[in-house]
Amino acid sequence: MKTYLHIDWTSCDGRGLCAELLPGLLDRDDWGYPVARGKTGRERTDVPLRDADREAAQEAVFLCPKLALSLLERRVPEPEQRTTGR
Amino acid sequence: MTQARDTFPPAPQDDGRDMNAPIFRQPPLQASRQVTGQEPRLLAAGPDAGWAQHQETFGPWEPQRAGQGLLNALGASGLTGRGGAAFETWRKATAAAGSGRKGLLAARPVLIANGAEGEPLSFKDRTLLAHAPHLVIDGLLALAAALGQTGSGGSGTKGTGSRGTTMYIYAQAASLPRVQHALSERPDGKRIKMVQAPETFISGESSAVVNMIANGTAVPTDQRRRLSESGLNGRPTLVVNVETLAQVALIARYGAHWFREAGTPADPGTRLVSVSGPAPTRDVVLEVPGGAQLSAVLQEAGMESAAVSAVLVGGYHGRWVRPAAHALSPVGPPGRTARPGAGVIHALDLNSCGIQATSRIVNYLAGQSARQCGPCMFGLPAMASVLNRIAAGETNPRLASELDRLGRLVSGRGACRHPEGTTGLISSALEVFAGDFRAHLSGYCAGPGGMAA
Repeated sequence: MKTYLHIDWTSCDGRGLCAELLPGLLDRDDWGYPVARGKTGRERTDVPLRDADREAAQEAVFLCPKLALSLLERRVPEPEQRTTGR
Repeated sequence: MTQARDTFPPAPQDDGRDMNAPIFRQPPLQASRQVTGQEPRLLAAGPDAGWAQHQETFGPWEPQRAGQGLLNALGASGLTGRGGAAFETWRKATAAAGSGRKGLLAARPVLIANGAEGEPLSFKDRTLLAHAPHLVIDGLLALAAALGQTGSGGSGTKGTGSRGTTMYIYAQAASLPRVQHALSERPDGKRIKMVQAPETFISGESSAVVNMIANGTAVPTDQRRRLSESGLNGRPTLVVNVETLAQVALIARYGAHWFREAGTPADPGTRLVSVSGPAPTRDVVLEVPGGAQLSAVLQEAGMESAAVSAVLVGGYHGRWVRPAAHALSPVGPPGRTARPGAGVIHALDLNSCGIQATSRIVNYLAGQSARQCGPCMFGLPAMASVLNRIAAGETNPRLASELDRLGRLVSGRGACRHPEGTTGLISSALEVFAGDFRAHLSGYCAGPGGMAA
């Protein structure tokens, strides 16, 4: 199992608290919304967490004023949308 | 949005009705027999096939009797979704069936036939619903039965079959009367509910479909949990494109082996494509074998590859490709494969400017953002604006890299895939129309209606 920080973009308002609590994990974009550093694709919505970031991530989940963050436990690897044919 | 609709692609003929009324065209449909050698399958019952014609063509059959065997047949067939994502149908169905089994109270699954076709260049689903609604309904009933049996309490339970699964057909207003009539014609249509899809680009996204049925709002929702685990009212939910269901009905009847007789090993079966292009090309729905050559499909629709500068494959979330030497297939070597997505093929004539065409599409897509997710709400209009400046001939060399930067910024950051779909289209334009981009950034445009040469 791996832990991910899930960003609910429909709730996120770009307040930026999460980026302050997790500066190594999250940057902010032109409009203030969080951007996962060095990640591409859906790992920018379900951001994989290192153990060192877990505590700060938990704090971000509690403090997000828009309740847009949550932690996800998932088996890796998560099957992606498309699979190759045979 | 209106700008894009009015100018690109050619607005559908509206029969003199007002433009806000649902547009319903029935383009000629044909299996592409001459060029690709494909006998019609989905469209075998001919135009406007009613219940009698349907049964005569495909034979009488009781879809409610389908069970686990159908899921196995789907696995062996290699059928992939025809709504855009090309995900393997058996995998999706098995996920929903599996979720229903968990826990003490088996949650009854929900199966939704998705006929929403908000993609402006797509008309194959409404064409299928108009001409072969019974095949779609067969597939819906059969897959619902298979899910119901495997999902809720095992095959020995009384009332198995499709009774366990709640069924919907979700389609735009113009398709519903035909569907309603088809449901009333058959003995097993009464338990299927119809829900009207709004005429927006994202109304067919699967979480938007569930949201519309649950709450009357066809915008995507945050998907912390997959719909196959927790969808409509928390029940395992499967949203399946109507063409995919029609294919399911054929596989259930004739088997996986038969299905694989068409197409290629990597892309078995047939698919419907909506083909459009510059005048005098008329919109046409073709049934083509998997892995068909793009040039053959264009030829079937009356276009010569040599007279086409680029082809938009897969719709507004698809990619531009050069017409030569591309096979239509969800898998294959990049550069020689064009992913059909939801089956949209739109040709650009030699005199049109690819930058301007792309810029109009991106403006439309920006306008179709549900404005729920920040990166999409702000990022798409920002991309459209940069593209507009390039299209209008602003000679600022930084614009191209800014477009690239914005694309990278928004990708993967939204409840749905509208941002990356838009970014993918733009990146294909930067690739295929590289020469035109350079020309624009140097102050001239090769296409008509552009800035002065």
